[in-house]
Formats: sequence, C-alpha cells, structure tokens
Amino acid sequence: MNSSTFGGSTSIIPAPIARQPWEMMIPVLLLTCFGGLVLYSAGGGSMEPFATSHFIRFAVFMVMTAIIAAMPREAMRVLTYPAYLVVLLMLLGVEVVGAVGGGSQRWLEFGPIRIQPSELMKPAVVLAMARFYETLPSGMIGTWRSLVPAAGLIALPIGLVLMQPDLGTSVAIAFGGVVVMFLAGLPLWWFLLGGGSLVAAAPLVYFFALRDYQRARVTTFLDPESDPLGAGYHIAQSKIAIGSGGIFGKGFNEGTQSHLEYLPEPHTDFVFATMAEEWGLMGGLFVLAMYSLILWWGTKVSRDSHDRFCALLAAGATATIFFYIAINLLMVMGMAPAKGIPLPWMSHGGSSMMTNMICIGLLMMVNRWNQNAPRRGLTN
Amino acid sequence: MKLPFSRGKGSQRPAKVINASILHSTFERRSIIIGTVQGGIGVLLAARLGYLAIAENEKYRLESESNRVNLTLVPPRRGWILDRNGAPLASNRADFRVDLIPERLADPEGTIDQLGALLGLEPTRIADIKAKVAEARGFQPVEVASGLDFEQFAAVSVRLPDLQGVVPQRGFSRFYPTASSVGHLIGYVGPASAEEFEKDPNPLLVTPGYKIGKDGLEKQFETDLRGVPGARRVEVTAGGRIIRDLETREDVQGQPVRLTIDGPLQDYAARRIGLESGSVVVMDCRSGDLLCMASMPSFDPNSFSDGIGGVEYAMLREDERVPLRNKVLKGLYPPGSTVKPMVSMALMQAGVDPEETVFCGGGLRVGNRVFGCWNRRGHGAVNMAKGIYQSCDVYFYSMAQRVGMDPIADMARRCGMGQEFPLPVTSQFYGTVPDPAWKMKKWGREWQTFDTVNATIGQGYMLSSPLQLAVMASRLATGRHVMPRLTLDTKPKGFDNIDFPAEQVEYVRQAMSDVVNGPGTAGRARLPIDGTLMAGKTGTAQVVSLSISNGKSGPWKYRDHGLFIFFAPYDNPRYAGAVVIEHGGGSGAAYPIARDVMTFLFDPAKGLDALKTLEAGWGGTAQQRLERRYAAYAAERGAAVSRPPRSEAAIFDRVEAEARVAAQQSQGIANEVIAPRPEANPSSSPAAAANPATGAAPAPAAAPPAVPPADAVTTATTTGSVPQ
Repeated sequence: MNSSTFGGSTSIIPAPIARQPWEMMIPVLLLTCFGGLVLYSAGGGSMEPFATSHFIRFAVFMVMTAIIAAMPREAMRVLTYPAYLVVLLMLLGVEVVGAVGGGSQRWLEFGPIRIQPSELMKPAVVLAMARFYETLPSGMIGTWRSLVPAAGLIALPIGLVLMQPDLGTSVAIAFGGVVVMFLAGLPLWWFLLGGGSLVAAAPLVYFFALRDYQRARVTTFLDPESDPLGAGYHIAQSKIAIGSGGIFGKGFNEGTQSHLEYLPEPHTDFVFATMAEEWGLMGGLFVLAMYSLILWWGTKVSRDSHDRFCALLAAGATATIFFYIAINLLMVMGMAPAKGIPLPWMSHGGSSMMTNMICIGLLMMVNRWNQNAPRRGLTN
Repeated sequence: MKLPFSRGKGSQRPAKVINASILHSTFERRSIIIGTVQGGIGVLLAARLGYLAIAENEKYRLESESNRVNLTLVPPRRGWILDRNGAPLASNRADFRVDLIPERLADPEGTIDQLGALLGLEPTRIADIKAKVAEARGFQPVEVASGLDFEQFAAVSVRLPDLQGVVPQRGFSRFYPTASSVGHLIGYVGPASAEEFEKDPNPLLVTPGYKIGKDGLEKQFETDLRGVPGARRVEVTAGGRIIRDLETREDVQGQPVRLTIDGPLQDYAARRIGLESGSVVVMDCRSGDLLCMASMPSFDPNSFSDGIGGVEYAMLREDERVPLRNKVLKGLYPPGSTVKPMVSMALMQAGVDPEETVFCGGGLRVGNRVFGCWNRRGHGAVNMAKGIYQSCDVYFYSMAQRVGMDPIADMARRCGMGQEFPLPVTSQFYGTVPDPAWKMKKWGREWQTFDTVNATIGQGYMLSSPLQLAVMASRLATGRHVMPRLTLDTKPKGFDNIDFPAEQVEYVRQAMSDVVNGPGTAGRARLPIDGTLMAGKTGTAQVVSLSISNGKSGPWKYRDHGLFIFFAPYDNPRYAGAVVIEHGGGSGAAYPIARDVMTFLFDPAKGLDALKTLEAGWGGTAQQRLERRYAAYAAERGAAVSRPPRSEAAIFDRVEAEARVAAQQSQGIANEVIAPRPEANPSSSPAAAANPATGAAPAPAAAPPAVPPADAVTTATTTGSVPQ
C-alpha cells in the first residue's frame, strides 16, 4: 500500500523527485501534451491561438498546484472555512456586479485576471464539507445535525450559481458535496429518498424552472432527430466526427469535421470529438486510460488517508475531476445533454484547468501528508 | 449494505453505536461503490466509443463525406432553337450572373440592398427581388442579375464572405436575337416555380442559374432542349465557403430544335405589323411549313428570363392590345369575307354552276326582310368569280339559300376552320363553325335564315384563328389537304389527299387573283415584282353593330377587324398565308402588310426598303419602341405598380381566359342580321407608296346610318371615299 512505488529507494533518482506521485503526474503530462497536439490541429495546424496558451496555462497552474501541495496540515484546517467564505463572497460579488452592470455574467475581473468564482467553489465546497464532517462527532451521524449544516454549505453556493444562471456548474458543485456526504456515512436511505424525489421533481423542474435554451438541450438529448439543424446539430456533428474516425483516425491534422467548421467548439467542449476524428478509437482509449490512471490514483490517495478530513477531501477532489470527465464524454458521445463542461487537461480554457489543477494540488497535498505520517489508524 | 439506524423508536440506542471505526469501514465500503460506479461509466464510455468508431464507422464516414463534399450541378447549356436555315432564334450567351439562395440569407433586406448598390440595380428591380425572396420557398434560387460585366462580378465575388447566401457564377443565359419578334412563338425561360419543382423534383430545377421553358416552344420542347447537367465536386466548410475543387464533369448541351420558321421573314412580318395589333401567318403550301407566325405587339423574352418584373407586367397588362396574347393561336376573329372562296368551293361541290349569275341590286329580299350588300348601289349581274373579286354579298346570300348551311359548314371544316392542328404548341383555340345542330346544342334555338346569311359572309357565330385562315388559304390554293408543320423533323402531311378538283381550284385561283390584280377589292395589294402575281381575298369583320360604331373611327375596340388571306404566285402557288389586324378599321389595314411580307419573301431588299420608310414614321423597330415605352412607363408609374401573380402559369392562364372572353365579343351581334360595311375601294390603283394603316383614319364623309341594319340597304354610303 506504499504510494511511492515509483522509484522507491533507487539511489540514482534524488529523493525529492522520486517522492512525487509520478503515477498521476505522467498521465496528466501526457494528457496535456496530447491536448496541446489536438488544439494545434483545432487551430488549423498552428500553435496559435489555442495550443500555446494551453501549455502556458498548464505551466502556471502547475506552480499553483505545487504551492497547494506544500501546504501544511494545520494551515489547511484553519484556512478551510475562511477560503469557503471568501469564494462565497466572490459569488455574491458576481451577482452584485451583474445586477449593477445589467445582464448576467459569471466572472469577476481583477486587473488582467478574470476569475470565475463558481469554478473555485467546486474545490471550496469539498474542503468545507470534509472539514465539517471531520469536526462532527461520530455520534451525530444520522441525526439532523449531520445534515442541515452540510446542506446549507452546499445550498448557498448552488443558489448563487443558479442565479447566474449556470445549471451545469450547480450540478457539479452538488455532485462533489453529495459524494462527500455519502462517504461521510450518512444513512443510505437519505440518498435514496433524495434521489427519488429528484426523479419525481424532474418534470416540474423541466416545465417551470428551466429556461428555454436549457429545455431545448434536454429535449434534443431525449430526441436528437427533433432538430437536426438546431440544438441537435452539435451532438450530431460530434458523433459524426467520432464515428468517422474509425479505429485509427483520419490522421493528425486531417480531421475534416473540425477543420471545415462542421464541429462546433472543436477546441473546448468538443475537443474529444476533434481528437477522436484524427486519432480514432486508439486515441480515445488512450485518453480514457489516462483518466482511469489519474482517478485510480486519486481514489488510492483517499483510501490511504489516515484521517477523516484527508479521506473525504481526496475523495471529493477525485469526484470533482471525475464529474468533468464523465459529463463531457457522455455529452460528446450523445449520451448526455449538451452542457458547457470542458474536458480536463485537453480543452482550451483557463477556469476548468484551474479547478482541476486545484483538485490535483489538494490530492498531492494529501498524498504528501500520507507519506510524511505513514501512520495507519482509525483516530482523527 | 444494511440500514440498521434507519428509523424506529429505538434509534437512540443504535445511534450511540456509531463510532470512528464504523464510519471508517462505511467509508471504505462506499468508496469502493463510488470507484465501481466510476469504473462502470468508464467501461460504458469505452464501449460507446468502440460502437461509434467500429460498428457505425461506415455510416458516420459517409455523413462526414457528405458534409465535406458538396456536389454542385452545373446547369446544362440549353439546346438552340434554329430556323429553317439553321440561324438561331434562341441561343445561349456566356455571362456572369448572381443568384440568391433565400434560405441561406442571414439578413435578406441588407444583403439585397448591398447587392443593389454593388451592381447598380434600379429601385424597381430591387423591390422585385425583395418581393420574390419574401415569397420564395427555401430551395428556390432567386436571380439578382445576369449579363454582368467582369468588374461587377468580381466586386460581388470578393465580398462573398460577408454575403451569405449569394451565389455569383459564370454561366450561360438564353438569348433571343430577334427579341419581341419571336416572343409568342418561342416563349421564354425562367427559374422553376415551387409547383414545377413539386411536379418534377429534379435537383437541377433548383440549381441557381438553371432555367426551364415557361411558354411557347421553349416549354413544349423542354425535354429535348434541357441537356445533361455537369457536376462539380468541391470541398466546402459548414458556412458554404469553397476550399478546393475535387472533380468536374462537363455538361452536355441540349438538342437543338429546328423549326420550319424563316427567321428573317418572322422578324420582318412582326416589324411590319407596326403600330397595329395583329398577326401574320405564312406557310409554304408545297410542304405545309409554317414560315412565319408573327403576333404583335409582343413582349421581349430576353427580359422575362429573370422573372416578369412588376413594372413590365403592369405595362403589358394595361395595354388593350394584349401583348401577352399569342394572336396567331389564341386570337379568334369572325373571318368576314375571307370565307367567300371557301363558300364558292362548297357551292361548286353542291353543283352550282360558277357562270350562273345573280342580280345584285344592293340587297336581297327574303320574305319580308332585306339583306344588304356592302355595296349599297349593287353589283348588277354577278357570277361566282365576280362574287369573289367584288366580294358581292348578295351572290352568296342567294346561293347559300339554295344549298343550305350544312354543305358550307362541312367545307369550312374541311378547309381547316374549327380544327385543331397537330402542332407542338402549348395551346391553340379552334374557333367555331356554326351549323343548325351546333346552334341548337349551344343556344337551344332554331337555325334562322339570317344565320346562314351571316355565316356566308363570315360573320355571326363564325370564328377562326389566323393560323386556320392561313391553312384555308393553302388548301384553297393547292386543292390539297395541306397540314401545317412547325419542326423540320416532322413529315409533310395531307398532300396525297386531294380536296378539290383541279378546274375548281383554278377557277377560284383566278378569281382571287382578280381581287388583287384585276377589278377586285384589293388592287393596292399587287406585288411590286414583275411576273409574280399574288392572289387574295379581303375581309372586314364587324365586332359591334352599326348603331354603336361605323367601324373605322371612334373607340379602338369597336373598330372592324381587317383580314386578308393570300397566296402567290397565283397560278403555281408556293406561299400562302393570312394577315389579321385587330380593330384595324377594315381589310385596308391588312392587305398592305400581306403585300410587303410577300414582297420580302420574293425580294428581301425591296421589302426592307418599304419597311425602313414605315419604321422611320413609327419611331423605330418594334423592339426599340417597346424599350422606349418601358422606360417611359417605369419613369411614370414605376413606384405605383401592383405585384404580378406569383407564378407564370397564373399569368398565362389569365391571358388565355381573357382571350376566350375576347373571342365572344363579335357574337354579341350574331343574333341579328349583320349589314356588311363598305369594303376597301376596289377601284383604286395599286399604290406606289405603302400607306401605313395606323387605324387613326378620319371618319368617312357620310355619317353612319343610325337606322336598324336591315334597312341599311336604303342608306348607301359612298364607296370611293373610304380611307385606308
């Protein structure tokens, strides 16, 4: 169960390097490079405008990840709730700026940097939830005190994000939070009841809460043929791109769907389709394998954790990354409604890369703690 | 997983059991569940990916190809329409053109305005295009302009990225060298309408720049003329931008159609009609070839090819001379005295001796009614020949009383009246040959004496088209059952079918020659060519009773029709034909035209000289006058016209319906005796200078009688002063 199997005690590789979790780092690096290659093609066979900034962002966020990974345990415990509060206030700020400026927006601007607080909220919620269940006495699990504060921690940001309105991110935040609650040991029937009522409420939400364009996405998902040139067009073209790639693809830079502009958003939401058209089934399986390795490692970090906070935090961070991957891939293959959710490390876009790198940073942090204190026990 | 702590009164006790150890094992179990779910979704994704990429690869590769590759049809060059000597009546001209695909337009108004500015289109044209785009169904291309020069074409081409839905291309457009002269005969081409596309869902029909025949021979020979489209495979983006050519196949031009029409003659006849409204038909009576089927005024088929514009349509609609009606086939007129040679044949067949005379004292009394001759002073003793060349009505009244109506009606049909001919035309009217059975069926009334009287002078219910009159002239001239033909690939027909004995034919030929060359009614029709004598017969058809109009002046639509049938040379007929001038004020409007047309046939230079002089007086050729009128009309009324009907079919259905109504006009007076008007001056010498029959003749010296027609015999007007 030793996590640093790679390199181990080999004397050739210096210890600080050998200590890094290469079984995750290598897949992430490979995916990022592969993503850059696909973006090079999506940019019409050029590093500009996508590939260069993709690599630069990755480098910048790698530094940020290293800083997070170096955080000491005590500082993390102290900072968790303040961080949650700051992000919550930023979300509120988005609403205020939006109300003043007129019209909806999703970001805040600090000089040249544009931050999307709803993205930061995904890891922030996971942190806060992990912290909450860490401090909650075991005996209270199963009582209302184990549910209401946690539900509040999730509901507040979701409410604010829904007002933007951004259904996809709301669901992502909820997903991370609910996974932590599930792993914290809340009674199973609460989840079954919650899931059941969601299914029951779905028609009501569909008819009364969704906006027209959101409703169109759901309708199109259920019946893609209903509007082949409108809302269904994106998914139809994505399936054509993936299906026409075959086993080995059309070849690098030879994708017609992406190059001739049939594929919408070939560099963001549909980057997987762009890739699959040129690299075929083999490319797709490679990407799936890389994601499996990363998620496998995340799960392992979580299970190797020595305390509740670490375990829940690592599991929540892994679930957040998983949510991106799963929804994006289900969407491009025509199995989920079209959503503005990018594919980690491959899509061009700063916000999602930041979120994913924060999650990786948190996982590396937990991993380091686990290595530094290889104490196996059941205590807090 | 069990639910030990779920509910029940005893929940307080088990709750105490929860400790860190239990929570940790719950975590372990649940993280396995979550990991399994994640793995499951991973497997699902891999399976789905494999399904799309392997099982459905074929389908999606095809769809990707059909996205990428755009097959553009190249409209085939249309087959030419040639005259009998191989000269083109309809050809193709290479040009640059611009079309719109309405469904691809993001901003129709803006794009059309921008194109209008680039190409310098007139405001009325821009309004037409906007209206067409608004009512077009998505797939129909709308023509913006054709015949552009390269600079204009290039100006549109370079702005193409901003002009979505605009298709500039090099192509061919239809060209009619003699323009309005062949308008009714050839028809015109235009983009297929939605109805036509539904009938024939060939993608070629909605290819920008492709035109189909809309009327006349263009429509009739559509399948021959169409040809096989070429194709161009190009790689395109989703936005329709062409990346590169992949493959090109040349088009195959449509088959030419060779007509029996003599192009120069057709043009000459059309121009010679001048300011009048009428038609000229000339046939080769040795083969039945139709050499000329001119109907004027007409439209310019060149300007119809991009659709009939609002201003143009309004101008043509408002003209009482109905430029949209093909008068050769769809003009029906009482034939007037032109039936007399035919009636003579009927009389001879019924056993009447041509030398038997009838005394004409200006009228014929039958019972208590008097039927007047056009010559109120009477012709004296009249035999059949004199009856023809002096057009004596009394001779025919009297003889027709003897033989009855039926032999005359049979003969009329045998000569082509009331008949439809096997010609490749979109429609032809076949008129009326009345007889007692017909009248009983149609009107439910007994045949009256005056009906026979009216019919023998080609009035009353009798109606025929100029084509039928020309066929009648050929059959009288040759004695054979000549059938007209319009294309060179059909066989001449009817020549082995002898209608009349040679001596009867010769008798009538001589009498008809005397109409022109002897003491007849059309002396001024003599050909100015030595040794070539033309035979003919005049006719004047009343359309309203004498009490409404004298037939020569007053409102145009009340004036008499002028008719003339002819053949030449009289003793060995080569050409035959008919001229009908609507409301020309009498036969004097018709036979000078026949004379000049025949002169042109035998001596083109001499014919053209006569025409040049006339056209100088009229203000240019028919085409020049049409263009000038259009410009004036557009300047005056341009903004205020109403839209034309959406489809050409609707336009021509309306024109045809109106033609049927117009043909009924002369039947309004069929229920009474028609007092023939004084004919053209029979004693005038052949005029050296052609006299344009403009129809603006002054009123005759003597006022028309205001008494009932039956009594007109007593109020004879002078015959010598009838102006032409």
